[in-house]
Amino acid sequence: MPTVELRFAALNGHVRTARMIATAVSRRAGVPAGAADEIKLAVTEACARAVRVNRRHAPQAPVHVALIDTPDTFTITVADCGRTGDEVAPGPDGGLVTASTLLDLEPEAADPPWWSEPSDDDSAEDSAGFPPGLGLALIEGLVDEVEISRGPDGVGTVVAMTWHTGVDVEAAPYKTAR
Amino acid sequence: MDLSLTTRQEGNHTVVVVGGEIDVYTAPKLREQLIDLVSGGSYHLVVDMEGVEFLDSTGLGVLVGGLKRVRAHEGSLRLVCTQERILKIFRITGLTKVFPIHSSIEEALAASE
Repeated sequence: MPTVELRFAALNGHVRTARMIATAVSRRAGVPAGAADEIKLAVTEACARAVRVNRRHAPQAPVHVALIDTPDTFTITVADCGRTGDEVAPGPDGGLVTASTLLDLEPEAADPPWWSEPSDDDSAEDSAGFPPGLGLALIEGLVDEVEISRGPDGVGTVVAMTWHTGVDVEAAPYKTAR
Repeated sequence: MDLSLTTRQEGNHTVVVVGGEIDVYTAPKLREQLIDLVSGGSYHLVVDMEGVEFLDSTGLGVLVGGLKRVRAHEGSLRLVCTQERILKIFRITGLTKVFPIHSSIEEALAASE
C-alpha cells in the first residue's frame, strides 16, 4: 500500500501541490538532501507531463500520484488517463532517450534542430520549440530507476521512479546519469 | 514560494533578478517579462538565477525562448548561477552548451563587453 496517495484535477496549479507533498513525504522518509532535490524536480516533470496528456485526451480525469517509502527505496508513480504512450519517446534500445539525444546537441553543432522554430509569434508557447519528451528525459537523467508502463485496463501511462535510499547507497555518491 | 522578478539597467545591459520557483505555473510571468524587455528594445540581458529555488523544463523553455528572441536582434542572454542543483539541470539537458553561464553579474557584464 502506498505511503501517501494523491489524486488531483489536471491543472498546472496543482503540480506545485504534488511537488510540496512529495517533498514533505521524502523529507519524512529521511532521503538524503541531494535525492530530495531530484525527487522534487522529477515529480514535477512527471506530473506536468500527466497534466498535459490528460488535458489533451481526458480533461476531466485526475492525475494519480502514489508515494511509496520502504527501508531501501523511495518510489513515486504518476499515472495519467490519456492515450497510452503519449509524450513518451522511446530510444532504440527500448529505454528512454536522453535529453542530449532528444535535443541533438553535438559539441560542434551551434544550434540544435528545434532552434530554428519560428519565434516571432509571441502568443506561441516558448516551450513549443522543445521536444515533448524533454520532461521525461530530465527524469531519466535524475532518477536511479525509471519504468514506463501501460496504465491499468490499457488506459494511460504510468511513470514509476525509484531512488535507492538504503544506507549502503547513501554512503556512495549517487548516480546522476547513466 | 512564488516567483519574484526585478530588473535594472547596467550600461547597455538589462539585469533581470529572478527569485523563487520557476515552474509550469509561474513560468508565464517570466516569459512576459522577457518578451516585454525585448519588445522595449533591451537586447542584452543578464538573468541572475542565484535566488531561484526551483527550475523545471517549462522554465528552461522560457529561457530558451528569451535567448531566441534576443538573438533575432543580435543580442545576448547570459545567466548568472552558481547553485549546483540548478546547474545540474542545465547539464542534463545539454543547455550548458547553449547558454553562457557566469558566477557573478560583474563577470557576465565583463564577458559581454
